[in-house]
Amino acid sequence: MYQYDQYDQAMVDARVDEFRDQTKRRLSGELTEDQFKPLRLMNGLYLQLHAYMLRVAIPYGTLNSRQMEMLAHIARKYDRDYGHFTTRQNIQYNWIKLQDAPDILADLASVEMHAIQTSGNCIRNISSDQYAGAAADEIADPRPWAELLRQWSSFHPEFSYLPRKFKIAVIASDEDRAAMRLHDIGIQLVHNDAGELGAKFFVGGGMGRTPMIGPEIRDFVPADDLIHYAEACLRVYNRYGRRDNKYKARIKILVHELGKEEYTRQVEEEFAHMKTLGLNPPVEELERITAFFANPEYDADASDELDLSDPDFRIWVEQNTHPHKRSGYAIATISLKPTGGIPGDATSDQIDLMAKLARDYSFDELRVTHSQNIVLPHVKKSDLYALWQQLDAAGLAPANLDLISDMIACPGLDYCSLANARSIPVAQKISQRFADQQRQKDLGELKLKISGCINACGHHHAGHIGILGVDRKGVENYQLSLGGSAAEDVSLAKITGPGFDEDGIVDAVEKVTNVYIRDRDEGERFIDTYRRIGMAPFKEALYD
Amino acid sequence: MTETQIRLRDDAPCAEPVVTIDAFAGQSNAVAVRIEPGEDARNLLPHLDRLCLVEISFPVFGDGRGYSSAQILRENGYTGELRACGDVAVDQISHMKRVGFDSFAPDKPLNQADVDAAWSRFPDVYQKQIDGRQPIWAKRHQKETV
Repeated sequence: MYQYDQYDQAMVDARVDEFRDQTKRRLSGELTEDQFKPLRLMNGLYLQLHAYMLRVAIPYGTLNSRQMEMLAHIARKYDRDYGHFTTRQNIQYNWIKLQDAPDILADLASVEMHAIQTSGNCIRNISSDQYAGAAADEIADPRPWAELLRQWSSFHPEFSYLPRKFKIAVIASDEDRAAMRLHDIGIQLVHNDAGELGAKFFVGGGMGRTPMIGPEIRDFVPADDLIHYAEACLRVYNRYGRRDNKYKARIKILVHELGKEEYTRQVEEEFAHMKTLGLNPPVEELERITAFFANPEYDADASDELDLSDPDFRIWVEQNTHPHKRSGYAIATISLKPTGGIPGDATSDQIDLMAKLARDYSFDELRVTHSQNIVLPHVKKSDLYALWQQLDAAGLAPANLDLISDMIACPGLDYCSLANARSIPVAQKISQRFADQQRQKDLGELKLKISGCINACGHHHAGHIGILGVDRKGVENYQLSLGGSAAEDVSLAKITGPGFDEDGIVDAVEKVTNVYIRDRDEGERFIDTYRRIGMAPFKEALYD
Repeated sequence: MTETQIRLRDDAPCAEPVVTIDAFAGQSNAVAVRIEPGEDARNLLPHLDRLCLVEISFPVFGDGRGYSSAQILRENGYTGELRACGDVAVDQISHMKRVGFDSFAPDKPLNQADVDAAWSRFPDVYQKQIDGRQPIWAKRHQKETV
């Protein structure tokens, strides 16, 4: 994986110094909270309901054991002994003291990490496929491109005060595991007819209160024009994105209001101009970065044989491992969704254990997924049993990847100052209702996503089943929606009808799964059945 | 009208009256113009030769359109004074300098020590910009060819 050189390190160190100075000025009263707010937000420090929350960037969700151990250390020393992995492949700490924040950033910098641009109206952490570099179906590793974009977007002088936050995802396979089309810019690496690697650009996707699927605006951008094209996309947005209404300020609204054709025309005009300026790093820079992502030294003799005689192990292997590009290896997902747990939370000890397991079994590498799980990308099949035993002993072996209890949930009203309703208790109740492994397995792939307010951090628009918490006259109310997908079959969920109270929503979820069981054809997933039979049978079961 | 607190140019300041972009369009002799956030800097491109001052207005620091306006003028060869006016704080000036601003008229005067610290806070830059600083990627690959 990527390693900082002296330049990268100096930039991060400078940022720590700057923030230490700013925090000192705030604590001494020299800066008011109003003056300090934009500064702390540039460093991922939010003021939540009960305390400061610090969001730490995990670029394209990739980290090594040493970095993972630092995340555990921070949770232990400065927080309440746990952290929360997010849908943008980052980690958040919910109980941070302001005076500790500079020390935390310094600790992070010591392992080549930071919280730069994890909030504010700037280009945020670049996300990617959690199976990058390991997946059998990718045409290249997308992470070098993501790293090139990370560096370009860090402290970008023209694009630090955009109309609104800006999120970019990069993938390199037809299967979309990163919700790419629901980003401000989604990039898919593709080959052109000449066999060269380049980037297909989708612009204007997003969730929030106006969900949209990003349209393709260019089928191929060569590597030596990647930055030129990204500059062009951002400049049109920075100049013409709406600033009169925060809720209409994302690029999706601009692309929608201008129309894809007109937005594309303006981007192409800027692109032609950008190319004359020579802003793109030379291909040698992409090659330099790519070298860091070379394959680990796989054992060429690793066996594909696996002893599945332990039934619990067998269930976990079937559910939580994914084919690796190399024979004898597997990609293993550690689910952070135990029955009744808080989706995405992990204790310091669990984080440390995952770091150790990565060191022992996965060439020192871990990934965070946008579904709030952790991946060990390169596990020898012959090590899977030992790995699973240690995970199981630590409560980290729920065999529920992509099943109904593998939910995405935002922090909701338990933490978040924007929320209208709690997400976590609803997630916990649904998880308990469907705790039976056989039942979950029978329901098959079922992506359930819960947001505690209209801002949709819990991706409810993209859930096969989505739940949105709202406030109805001071009472928490939960709206149900069906038919969304964040994958390559991307679609937006539709609301079923009137909402439910906290217990009612759990029953409602059960009712729609019963319709699926009743009406499904052989081999159909929940989403397939919904698409075939439509909303009516579900509504009937819910409201008649 | 706020005072210019920082000026990074050696030439004599332009003393001509600053007109709005609409007024500029109708006056063949105006040499100083002010751009508001929603106005298109590209309208000035045919007239860059006769301009000695462009003021770019920042009514609120979070409205970043002025950065693109500045960048567009510099990319197209404008060499006169480019002044950032309004809600300009010490936390913005190094980015502003990078996109081509060379004078600053903040609503609230800046502490000179903070200004000096801001210029030198970050040792390097990741992007090639109009300010001509050598980006990190260029330094990396220059070393290899030496």
